[in-house]
Amino acid sequence: MFGFLLRRVGLVIPTFLGITLLVFLLIHLIPGNAVEAMSGERGMDPARYAQMAHDLGLDQPIYMQYFNYLGNLFKGDLGMSIMTHTSVMSEFKTLFPATLELSFCAILFALIIGLPAGILAALRRNTVLDYSVMGASLTGYSMPVFWWALLLILLFSVTLGWTPVSGRIDILFDVPPVTGFMLIDSLLSDDSGAFKSALSHLILPTIALGTIPLAVIARMTRSAMLEVLREDYVRTARAKGLSPWRVVGIHAFRNALIPVVTVVGLQVGTLLAGAILTETIFSWPGIGKWLVAAIQRRDYPVVQGGILLSAITIILVNLAVDLLYGVINPRIRHRS
Amino acid sequence: MMKRKLIAKAALLAVMCATAGYATAAKTLVFCSEGSPEGFNPQLYTTGTTFDASSVPMYNRLVEFELGTTKPIPGLAESWTVSDDGMTYTFKLRKGVKFHSSAKFKPTRDFNADDVLFSFNRMGDVNHPFHKLAAGQSFGYYSDMGMDKIIDKVEKVDDSTVVFKLKHPEAPFIADLGMDFASILSAEYADNMKKAGTPDVIDREPVGTGPFQFVSYQKDAVIRYKAFDAYWGGRPKLDNLIYAITPDASVRYAKLKANECQVMAFPKPADIELMKSDPAITMMTKPGLNIGYISFNVEKKPFDNKLVRQALNMAVDKATILKTVYQGAGIPAKNPIPPTLWGYNDKVVDYTYDPVKAKALLAKAGYPNGVEVEMWYLPVTRPYNPDGKRMAELIQADWAKIGVKTKLTTYEWTEYLKRSKQGDQHSMMFGWSGDNGDPDNFFAPLLGCEGVKGGGNTARWCNKDYEALIQKAKLTPKQDERAKLYEQAQVILHEEAPWIDLAHSVRFTPIRKEVLNFKMAVFAHHHFEKVDLAGK
Repeated sequence: MFGFLLRRVGLVIPTFLGITLLVFLLIHLIPGNAVEAMSGERGMDPARYAQMAHDLGLDQPIYMQYFNYLGNLFKGDLGMSIMTHTSVMSEFKTLFPATLELSFCAILFALIIGLPAGILAALRRNTVLDYSVMGASLTGYSMPVFWWALLLILLFSVTLGWTPVSGRIDILFDVPPVTGFMLIDSLLSDDSGAFKSALSHLILPTIALGTIPLAVIARMTRSAMLEVLREDYVRTARAKGLSPWRVVGIHAFRNALIPVVTVVGLQVGTLLAGAILTETIFSWPGIGKWLVAAIQRRDYPVVQGGILLSAITIILVNLAVDLLYGVINPRIRHRS
Repeated sequence: MMKRKLIAKAALLAVMCATAGYATAAKTLVFCSEGSPEGFNPQLYTTGTTFDASSVPMYNRLVEFELGTTKPIPGLAESWTVSDDGMTYTFKLRKGVKFHSSAKFKPTRDFNADDVLFSFNRMGDVNHPFHKLAAGQSFGYYSDMGMDKIIDKVEKVDDSTVVFKLKHPEAPFIADLGMDFASILSAEYADNMKKAGTPDVIDREPVGTGPFQFVSYQKDAVIRYKAFDAYWGGRPKLDNLIYAITPDASVRYAKLKANECQVMAFPKPADIELMKSDPAITMMTKPGLNIGYISFNVEKKPFDNKLVRQALNMAVDKATILKTVYQGAGIPAKNPIPPTLWGYNDKVVDYTYDPVKAKALLAKAGYPNGVEVEMWYLPVTRPYNPDGKRMAELIQADWAKIGVKTKLTTYEWTEYLKRSKQGDQHSMMFGWSGDNGDPDNFFAPLLGCEGVKGGGNTARWCNKDYEALIQKAKLTPKQDERAKLYEQAQVILHEEAPWIDLAHSVRFTPIRKEVLNFKMAVFAHHHFEKVDLAGK
C-alpha cells in the first residue's frame, strides 16, 4: 500500500508543476501588457511603469519570475486582487467553504439517488422502470445548468413558494461566519430558525448542481452492475442459494462500485464547472461566482489564483479517489 | 444538569423572542442589487453599482441633486456664492452635521471645513499624505472630469466656510460637485486611522454623514446598513436597509415576486411587460438622461437647406418608431436634452407627422421630384437606441412617401465613430448619454462650433446665434439665467433642425406595492432615505 501511495503522490508533483507553469504563463499570453494586467493601471507614465514593473518583479528574466511565483506560492501568497485590494488567498479562504458545502451536498444528492436508481435499473433491465431511469438521466444530463436552475426557481420558489429563490440563508438572519459552512455556522448561531433557513436555501442549488453527476452516476452504476451480474461469481453466489440481497448488495455492488468511484472522482471537475453557473444564478457567494466576476473585470491575479486553486482541488480529489480505489480494489495497488 | 438545561432553554427562548420582536418591529427593506461594489469609498471608483452601495446611502456631498431631477440643491453646503468672474466659489457649510461612528472610530466633532479640505485635497494634491494609493487604485472620476485642471485650490476661511478657487470659469462646476466622487469623508477619522498606522481603513470601513450607516458586508452576498439616527436630513423611515447581491436579472425578478426583496435593480427588457401586469409590483419608469437622434450633415447637399431638414423631420412617423423600435421603453424627443434636465424648453412644439406638408416643403426647397440621400445607421445597440437597423428601415419607408430615396449604410462601430469624426457622413444616426446633469454636457459637444472640429458635432452645424447663447450660458454662474439661455437655444435648434430628435429611452425600476415614497433618480442610482414600507 505504501508503494502505491508513493507512486500516486509522485504523479501529483509534475502535474502540479505543469499547472503552475500554465497559470503563470497566462499573464504573459493575454493580449496587452503584463505590467498593466497585473497592476490594473492603464496608460502609466514611464517612471511609474518602471517602478510598477520592478515592484511586481516583471523586470526580471522570465524563468526568475517563474521561480519567484513558485516561491510566493509556497508561502501562500497569490497576489492581490486588483478590484478589492485584498489578498487572493484570503478571498479564496472565505469563499471556498461555500463552494465546498454546495458541491458536497450536490455529490451526496447525486449518490443517494443515483446509486439506487442505477442498481434498480440494472436489476429490472428492459422494463418500464429501466427505461424511465435511463430516459430521465439522459434528460438530466442534457439539460443546460442555467436553464434548469431557472426552471427550478420558477416552479418551486415563485409558483409554489416552497423554497427561497437565492442566497445561502434568509438575509434577516445575521449569522457570524465561524467555519464558513453555513449549515454549521447556523447551528452555532443559537437561532433555531437559521439552520432551517440555511437548509432550505441549499435545496435548489443542490438539485441544480447535482443533476448532471446524478445522471452520470445512475448510468454508470447501471452498466457496471449489468457487467458484474453477468460474472461467474455472481452466478455461483446465486447458485449457492444466497439471498438476493446478499448477492446484489455485497458481491455485485462492491465490484460494481469500482468504476463508479472513478466516475465520481471525474465529476469533481464537472461540479466546479457547474458551480460557476449555479453560483451565479443562486447568488451563492462561492469561488465560481468569484471567478466569473474576476474574468468580467479582468482581475488577472484573481483569475490566476482561482484557476490554480481549483486545479489543485481537482488534483487532490482525484488523488483521494485513486487511494480510495486502492482500498476498494486491492488488485489495483499491486499492479505496478 | 437539569438546571443547566433549563437555563439554556430559557436563554434560547429569550433570544427567539428578541429576534422575533426585532423582525416584526423593525422596518427592513431588501434591495436586489445587480452586483458587488468595488469598494466603499466613492472617490476611488467609477461604476454605478459602487455608487449605489457607497455614495448614495452613506455619504453626502456639498451639493446634492433634487431627487428625480438634475437640479442642484444644498447638501452639506447650505448655500454658495460665485464671484462675478466665475472663478471663486464660496460655500457656507451646514452646521450640526454628524458623522457615523464605527467600531474603530467615534467622532468627537461635527462636520466642518477640514473635512471638505481633506476630501478634495486628498484627490487633487499629489503631496497629500492620503493621495498615494495602492497599485491599480486612482481617483478616476476626479481626473476624468478634469478637476485637476479646473480646481486651483480649496481654502478654509473658518470652520463653516470653504472657498474653491478655479483656474478658469466653469459654470457646470456646481453640478460637478454633486457627483459621487465629490463625497465628503471625515478628516478626523483619517487622522485617527493614520495615527493607528492603518490609513487604508478609511477606504474599507466607510464613515460618512449619509442617511444610512454601514453594518457589514459579506462579499458577493449581502451588504447591511442601518438607519443613521442623527442624520441631518432626518432619520430614514426604514430601520434596516439590506442589499441582496443578485447578479442574474431573472433571479432578481423571482426574488421580487417571492417578496424576498422589495425593490430590484435593472429588470431585463423582456420581463417588463410581465412585471407591469403583476398586481404585486409597481413599475416605476423615468426617461433616461439621454437622446437618440439623426443628424444631417449640413455641409452636404441637400442638407445644407433648412427646408429640406424640416421636411425630413415632418416626414418621420415617430409614434411608430417608438412603438416598434423602443417597444414602449422610450418617449418621443423634441429637444436634444431630456425633459428631466433643467433648462428643457417644453414650449417647443415638435414637428408633427405630415407627409403632405413635408412634400410641399421639399418642393419649395427646390426638390419637387424628390431627392436621393444617404443615411448611416448604428451597427450596435446603444442605451439610447435598441435597434438602429430597424429604425433606419422605418425611416427609409417614411421618407419614400415624400419622394426621398434613402440609401442605408453602416460600418463597424469603431470605423463608424472614426468616419463620423472626419465628416464623411450624409445623415447619420447617433445618440448621447449625459453624465453630470448639466445641459452644457449636451449642447456644447454635440451642436457647438467647437464640436465640428472635435467631431462630436456630427451635423457639422455651426450657428452663430446658437453658439453665442451656449457660450454665454457657460460663463453665467446663476442657474436660472443659464436655463433661459438654453431655452432660447432650443428654439433656434427647432427652427434650424440640424437633427431629428427621436427619443429618450426610458429606465425601469420595479418595486413591490408595499414600498412607499420611492422615487427614481435621474442617474441610475437607487435612493432609500425617504422610503417607507406599508403595513409595518
